[in-house]
Amino acid sequence: MKYETVIGLEIHAELATETKIFCGCTTRFGGEENTHCCPVCLGMPGVLPVLNRKVVEYAVKAGLATNCKINRFSKLDRKNYFYPDLPKAYQISQYDLPLCKEGYLEIKGDFGSKRIGITRIHIEEDAGKLLHDAEDGSTLVDYNRGGVPLIEIVSEPDMRSAEEARLYAEKIKSILEYTGVSDCRMQEGSLRFDVNLSVRPEGSSGLGTRTEIKNLNSFRALVNAIENESARQVKVLESGGEVVQETRKWDDVTGKNTSLRSKEEAHDYRYFPDPDLVPVVLDEEYIDRIKRELPELPDVRSRRYVEEWGLPEYDAGVITASLPLASFFEECVKEYGGDPKAVSNWVMGELMRMLNEKGIEADGIPFPATHLAGLLRLVDDGTISGSAAKRVFTEMFETGEQPKVLVERLGLSQISDEKVLTEVIKRVMDKNPKSVEDYRSGATKAMGFLVGQTMKETRGKANPALVNKILKQLLDE
Amino acid sequence: MIHYLTAHRLAEMMGKGEISAREVVGLHLERIEELDQHLGAYITVEKDRALASAREADEKRRRGEKLSPLSGIPMALKDNICTEGIPTTCASKILDNFIPPYSADVYERLQRAGCVLIGKANLDEFAMGSSTENSAFKITRNPWDEKRVPGGSSGGSAAAVAAGMAVFALGSDTGGSIRQPSAMCGVVGMKPTYGRVSRYGLVAFASSLDQIGPITRDVRDCALVLNHICGHDRRDSTSVDVEVPDFEKGLEQGIKGMRIGIPSEYFGEGIDRGVKERVEEAIKVLENLGAVCDEVSLPHTEYALPAYYIISSAEASSNLARYDGIRYGRRAEGYSDLVDMFVRTRSDGFGREVKRRIMLGTYALSSGYYDAYYKKAQQVRTLIKEDFDRVFEGCDIIVGPTTPTVAFRAGEKTDDPLQMYLSDVYTIPVNIAGLPALSVPCGFSEGLPVGLQFIGKPFAESTLLRAAYAYEQSTGFHKMHPQAKEASRDEI
Repeated sequence: MKYETVIGLEIHAELATETKIFCGCTTRFGGEENTHCCPVCLGMPGVLPVLNRKVVEYAVKAGLATNCKINRFSKLDRKNYFYPDLPKAYQISQYDLPLCKEGYLEIKGDFGSKRIGITRIHIEEDAGKLLHDAEDGSTLVDYNRGGVPLIEIVSEPDMRSAEEARLYAEKIKSILEYTGVSDCRMQEGSLRFDVNLSVRPEGSSGLGTRTEIKNLNSFRALVNAIENESARQVKVLESGGEVVQETRKWDDVTGKNTSLRSKEEAHDYRYFPDPDLVPVVLDEEYIDRIKRELPELPDVRSRRYVEEWGLPEYDAGVITASLPLASFFEECVKEYGGDPKAVSNWVMGELMRMLNEKGIEADGIPFPATHLAGLLRLVDDGTISGSAAKRVFTEMFETGEQPKVLVERLGLSQISDEKVLTEVIKRVMDKNPKSVEDYRSGATKAMGFLVGQTMKETRGKANPALVNKILKQLLDE
Repeated sequence: MIHYLTAHRLAEMMGKGEISAREVVGLHLERIEELDQHLGAYITVEKDRALASAREADEKRRRGEKLSPLSGIPMALKDNICTEGIPTTCASKILDNFIPPYSADVYERLQRAGCVLIGKANLDEFAMGSSTENSAFKITRNPWDEKRVPGGSSGGSAAAVAAGMAVFALGSDTGGSIRQPSAMCGVVGMKPTYGRVSRYGLVAFASSLDQIGPITRDVRDCALVLNHICGHDRRDSTSVDVEVPDFEKGLEQGIKGMRIGIPSEYFGEGIDRGVKERVEEAIKVLENLGAVCDEVSLPHTEYALPAYYIISSAEASSNLARYDGIRYGRRAEGYSDLVDMFVRTRSDGFGREVKRRIMLGTYALSSGYYDAYYKKAQQVRTLIKEDFDRVFEGCDIIVGPTTPTVAFRAGEKTDDPLQMYLSDVYTIPVNIAGLPALSVPCGFSEGLPVGLQFIGKPFAESTLLRAAYAYEQSTGFHKMHPQAKEASRDEI
């Protein structure tokens, strides 16, 4: 029997606010343990939370950018459970009245285009972090991250493969980056995925028993975990077993997929409205203002690249998926002034290759866009050849230096001076009278030999186009 | 009898140089030394700190600085109000070593007014109780009869003021915890409108009901203290940004023509005859002062108590979850793993009543029961609010008894929580509706003080104070003080 996988994602994103959700502590990543804390985020007796307005604004922004409806009246609720990383023994979150609901996103792939529903987006606070000391077996807690604002974006179970899930997650990431809602630093855990997954016989419309895989923090882990869990469930069903509703843990390093707790062990969170906070009431004016302030989103930008700049749809999609890459690209096009397609070729080719090779994200490109524009101009004005430009690019990536400086240092500049080239070519013709004779008597391929000799004479620095032109002139005289 | 003088009288005397803050504070400290071993009103006495701030107040006066009327006045704070650098225990074993690194908004305000913190007053553990017998450290005795409880949960605060061991005190009132002990100790106690006083630094029991308020020797002092503790605080989202009037102004305007509602539900089954008679006499006094008293009905009164115990316990079960032994407070020893640490810490650290409420609240919030309990209780809350709204369409204030009985004997109700809970039957609806209310002494029954409760519209504290002042001035019960008898000490 063939099976179909049904996937829903819960995405947690840390918001890019300066301060925490309920106090004035910094949200900066890292720092010495327990130094980004105060009585409020430590949940000490008698202190009270005060909602950071910016958190509401960012969540609404994320909602509007994902076609959500915004609840004019929403509230904060307490999610009660005991754990040492949760200072108040409850997380302030949103239960039945989230800020945003009923949105969607389009994803594009080999399967064409597909709409993924977004059930809701709500705000909540992050917990601290447990640090286990392997040596003496003790556990310490660092509350620096406690109270950092998060949004949780819950999708409908609309995805059918790891590929779709990845495309959806990437789309969310790029939207959050575009809107400035989150910096999405995955290596710092500021974007995390929970997967809800079930399988069913292809063609069936009912849903199988689902499992939840928590806390995946890379696209690779997301894809691997989905493929692994999907295969596991199919195997269970095919061997006549039943999938157990449970929470599972995926270890991306070992590739292990293990049970964390079953439904029976699931928490009863005893949600209820937080009496320390007042409801969030938003008016039309507020929502309209945020709508007006939304930047150009990836889909719109991609269409612009295709329609106005003539980029292939695929290239436009890849470049706009990442805000830093798109910004780099656009700045380069502006600075260069030439054909955007030429810039896109470099970005899609050499730049992406180097980034992948070095494992660097697009926000870590080690040279400014103006450098790449400069490099393109050096090719255009004949200072260097295309192949030399690739060498310069590699060097530029390593050192971050100006292309002109590198061309100089590497001795790559072309000889484009017609006078100089004419002299060299005349010398070559004098040395090879046979070839000149051959050409003139109709064996035009002899010209190739003469070009080669000219390049050799100039140690490859002659501008090949110019050499061709001058040589032809001299031979045809 | 310096120790029975009011803050406004002491301020006058200090202004004229008849007495110094150092002397006033010293006398109160002596009084505490003399009586408190026995009365048990204080958990912590800050002698050195109090004397130092008294000297500072005198110094400022000498320099001719402009002083508030509360400058140099010794006060007690209920020990669930955070005081930076001073233990704040909530009368719980679980916080017996807790010294907050921050102060409650009210303490900051009173410090700015020059008040002298003389000590932290005893209470029922985490303010859960009506007799101050649930303190993990000691019971507090009623200064009028030491075999009796002072009421609760702000029993320490009320007893300290009644016995002349503090000129005024702050308590917290979740279901009557200021008004009920004030009534039982024969002093004035007010619960302001919810949101009038910042809860920042008040250790939460039930966040949607808790409110800090003054316990004083007369109504004018109540107004004076209110003047200094009210006001918007950005650290408390439920603190309301409304103008704070001068509560002392208008006290003497009288109550001619004031429309007073007398809720029939407050005089039904369970009220002591003596209490009923005193309150009826008080209503006559109010009428003689020109008020128009009419019977009104608050039909949902009987549902207030069960709704209260669901809402307050639900909130408490969540508010008290943070005492897990991880970050501060007491951690049990000898635990085997994380869960065992939580269980032992909380089992050892909390007293019986607190555990009872945590269990009640946890149950009420559990999935499958939420709608039947918590949600239903919130619906009842709306009905009770509407009762008051309706009554206030036709009258300015509501008057009735503060408590159904006078102070009961220590130990009398400790094994019967339901009987204990009934002690707050007239005060609880006020918290449920978020209204202001105050209790003033209105005579005696069985030789023990009876309290008269004034309930007002939201933010109408001034009206309440005006009515209570008129009543107080025409009767003078506030001038009666308990005899701290040497003899009674031997009896116990």
